[in-house]
Amino acid sequence: MAGDDFRELYQDVLLDHSRERHGYALLPAPSAESHQRNRSCGDEITLRVHAREGIVDCLSWTGQGCAISQASASMLCDITGGLTPRECGLRVAAFRAMLQSRGKDGGDSDVLGDAVALSGVALYPPRINCAMLAWVALEDALNSLDASAHPPDPSTAGTTK
Amino acid sequence: MSGQPNRVTAGNRPVAATLDVDAIRRDFPALRRTVRGRPLVYLDSAATSHKPLQVLDTERRFYERHNAAVHRGAHTLAGEATEAFESARDRLAEFLGARPNEIVWTSNATAAINLLAYAFSNASSGRGGAEADRFRLRAGDEIVVTELEHHANLIPWQELAARTGATLRHIGVDDSGRPQLDQAREVISARTRIVAFAHVSNVLGEVTPVSEIVALAREVGALVVLDACQSAPHLPLDVTALDVDFAVLSGHKMLGPLGIGVLYGRAVLLDALPPFLTGGSMITSVTIERAEFLPSPARFEAGTQPVAQAVGLAAAAEYLAGLGMDRVHARDAELGKKLALGLSELPGTRVLGPAPGEPRVGLASFLVDGVHAHDVGQFLDNLGIAVRVGHHCAEPLHRRLGVAASTRASTSVYTTDAEVDALLDAVAQVRKFFRA
Ligand SMILES: Cc1ncc(COP(=O)(O)O)c(C=O)c1O
Repeated sequence: MAGDDFRELYQDVLLDHSRERHGYALLPAPSAESHQRNRSCGDEITLRVHAREGIVDCLSWTGQGCAISQASASMLCDITGGLTPRECGLRVAAFRAMLQSRGKDGGDSDVLGDAVALSGVALYPPRINCAMLAWVALEDALNSLDASAHPPDPSTAGTTK
Repeated sequence: MSGQPNRVTAGNRPVAATLDVDAIRRDFPALRRTVRGRPLVYLDSAATSHKPLQVLDTERRFYERHNAAVHRGAHTLAGEATEAFESARDRLAEFLGARPNEIVWTSNATAAINLLAYAFSNASSGRGGAEADRFRLRAGDEIVVTELEHHANLIPWQELAARTGATLRHIGVDDSGRPQLDQAREVISARTRIVAFAHVSNVLGEVTPVSEIVALAREVGALVVLDACQSAPHLPLDVTALDVDFAVLSGHKMLGPLGIGVLYGRAVLLDALPPFLTGGSMITSVTIERAEFLPSPARFEAGTQPVAQAVGLAAAAEYLAGLGMDRVHARDAELGKKLALGLSELPGTRVLGPAPGEPRVGLASFLVDGVHAHDVGQFLDNLGIAVRVGHHCAEPLHRRLGVAASTRASTSVYTTDAEVDALLDAVAQVRKFFRA
């Protein structure tokens, strides 16, 4: 009964993540934090970056929202541990490009992990903000990371995937 | 197709009968389309209703035959356009129980409320002379709204308060969203200058006790502004009988075109209220230094007017009047009850507002346990069912009820029982799909 685009949108892996959310519940002592809201529906997220010596250890978050926003935050947590802030930023950019591709860019699972399952959102423009919520929060938190306390890692400067 | 609204008439007098929904549907071309391969089930009429051919044809005919700016120029087309524009005003006046000079065209309800708020603001900064004194707000004055207002009937008042130093206060609602009259008795005081509230909540579908609130406002000499957006499409409306000072509505929610709305105001008030937008067509004489303004309604209608939209809205009012607003209301209440009862019987589904079975218009907002409203809406869209999701521009009410977002189904004269059943069947499957 569900149409193809619709099954593409709500893939099983998305529903799994929306029910069992990785990184859910805030951890203490964050290096940076961001609060974001989806203006159209009031969905909210508070996302924390836990970094050490220029490397993101993990993310933690809390909030509420639709299956897409919740799964998306969970998937983001899976792919950011061990990266530099800059590498995180590149993954956010790759994710955004996939969502804005109108379905042409299916995403690279080496870069985006399970989040490639969100490629179907590109065909539902009103839902792109739902999918982006956690990623925008990460971007914002990374911007606020004190540059001097967390200098960019020179070994990865200039590398792009 | 048919040029006449669908009517059940005996001579000129409507005979008692229920609406012939099948016949009505033939007037609405948009209802014949499919969505994602399925017939459209349109349950978002509270956001905007579809438009019958009678409205579409009227608008097109205006452009085809007349198409001129009104109240300007002496040529035949301009005369015809002016005649059509003013007849449309007469039609709306009749529909609302008002006089023609009490009907001001605006682009929608939001524009109508902002017009009022800025006119009050202009009065408060001294415009309008002694006549406008009663519209002047000062520090210490209060504006009262209810907690269930649409943002369109909240933010313009917040801004007016901020500009004038007045204070915005509100009448709280109870757990079912009903404005609390005992609170109203305390909040509405000698300091109250304006009381603005919705006739029908766009989230709960409940009719507000207008006469009680009007009585409280009258006791203290406050002006009453009624947001009739969600009542005009559903109930017989008589602004004179309701004894409100101002009322606003949007044409697009009552089978009319987008881009047209109405501000009703009692004539003595409109004639004393300073204008908001100024420019062409609203003046008696102009020098390089200053201008004299026309009486209402012209003084509020600066610039080239949306004539096609106005005649389209008049056709919509005629269409509804042809069906008979009593019958529209009866049918609507029946569908509202079916919606609310049906939804509340589904496991894990809760209806906001009045208890299911209690009176409501054809509108129900609901929550599905463990599934966000956006996901509910997407699931329904996949089945061709159009509903509204989110906070429906009533964030304070949602916060008060302790919910972030809800799903809203709303009906109109063209809604069938089968469509409500289709919604109920679909909502019954939502939790399983999302593993809630
Ligand atoms: C109760 C109520 N008031 C005001 C509005 C604003 O109407 P519009 O957006 O057409 O100006 C709406 C519609 O969204 C409404 O439902």
